[in-house]
Amino acid sequence: MNDLQRIEEIRSVLLTVDDPELPSVSVLDLGMVHDVMIEGSDVFITMVPTFAGCPALDFIEINVKKAIEKVSWVATCAVHFTFDHPWSTDAITERGKVQLKKHGISPPPEDYQPGDVWTVNCPFCGSDYTSMENVFGPTACRSILYCSSCRNPFEAMKPVVSLTKS
Amino acid sequence: MTVIETAEQAKQDASYLKAITELLYQLADDDFIISFRGSEWLGLAPHIEEDVAFSSITQNTMGHAVMYYGLLEELGVGKADALAHERGPEQRRNGIYLEKRNGEGSYLEEPYYDWALAVVRNYFYEALKKVKLEAVSDGSYKPLANVAKKALMEQTYHLAHWKMWMNQLQHATDDARERIQQRVEEAWSEFEDVLELGRFGPDMVMHKLISSEEYLKEAWLKEVSVVLVNTPSTPLGKKYGSGRNGDHTTDLEQASQIFAEVYNSDKSAVW
Repeated sequence: MNDLQRIEEIRSVLLTVDDPELPSVSVLDLGMVHDVMIEGSDVFITMVPTFAGCPALDFIEINVKKAIEKVSWVATCAVHFTFDHPWSTDAITERGKVQLKKHGISPPPEDYQPGDVWTVNCPFCGSDYTSMENVFGPTACRSILYCSSCRNPFEAMKPVVSLTKS
Repeated sequence: MTVIETAEQAKQDASYLKAITELLYQLADDDFIISFRGSEWLGLAPHIEEDVAFSSITQNTMGHAVMYYGLLEELGVGKADALAHERGPEQRRNGIYLEKRNGEGSYLEEPYYDWALAVVRNYFYEALKKVKLEAVSDGSYKPLANVAKKALMEQTYHLAHWKMWMNQLQHATDDARERIQQRVEEAWSEFEDVLELGRFGPDMVMHKLISSEEYLKEAWLKEVSVVLVNTPSTPLGKKYGSGRNGDHTTDLEQASQIFAEVYNSDKSAVW
């Protein structure tokens, strides 16, 4: 197996490591994996935290390390979190968005510009007849909403995008 | 502008190292103490949705403090946990107004906290934080600029939240308006050191780490004047001195006894 195949194998394992607070959504689909490097049988993974105050980072690190070290040719796996590449909700993959909806969480809007009002469709019935109950939800990255069409409460991921002048 | 890419590079120049260290202490200690005062509201906010929102903001802000203490650790000044918990009041660099007690009483016994203080303090602070983060994200220390960009993406929700409270309460009942106005007047006589950079400010500016105090003050005033219904006509003051230079009140000692209690009970524990 060459290095490219090995990196692919590592990435496929990362697809099985879920965010502890978003079961069924992998850290890879959330866009938290910045880089995977291999040196012999040692794996180095650079990850970007979603929110700075996220208390789940230590768990994520342990879960990633455990899962990767189960791969037969891997001796050690080191996980490093970096702030050099800020995470944004644009990094969530299409599969990630589908998985979020299954969990009752609407994915963040696409092409969101800072300051814009955003419409959130209900993850259950798809209606846009929804209202924001609280921008802040059970975790820093989520908001609480209510669907007036199917009358379900639900959550949505806040759009988090770069505000710096480009 | 010479961009300093790493902590190792910053350590080559003693004057630069001193300036960046002082600036990081200010940013870290401000976020840390306002988060602590925010955490004291847990379970006591006016309604449950506010409790969720305020605690989320507080947790996130504490996360920002952790990033700054982490940058200080990289610069070799000590372990992040120790920097947050073990430094005495004279070593703290937070603005004095931010350490003010939430009100009479204590968290466990009869907490007569004042919501008007929470709203005014957090709004004034977040308005300044935005100005400062924008300034340091254009600054010469790359690791700090990266962290600031990250914080800025999240902080926009904090500022919007407190601005909403200001707008609503200033246009609510007479009682609400008066209480907010009283806290605004009080803040006006105490907030000035929060806006300042302390005795190493000129070095921070010389090393292009952040904009000048004059710019920060002006940009902050511009932001809050739009939201305040009655902007006080008196000049801004720093009634209790300058936290940037290590002046503090007994309120900080009271805070540190509580926030360091668990840490001091077992310093080697991994949380």
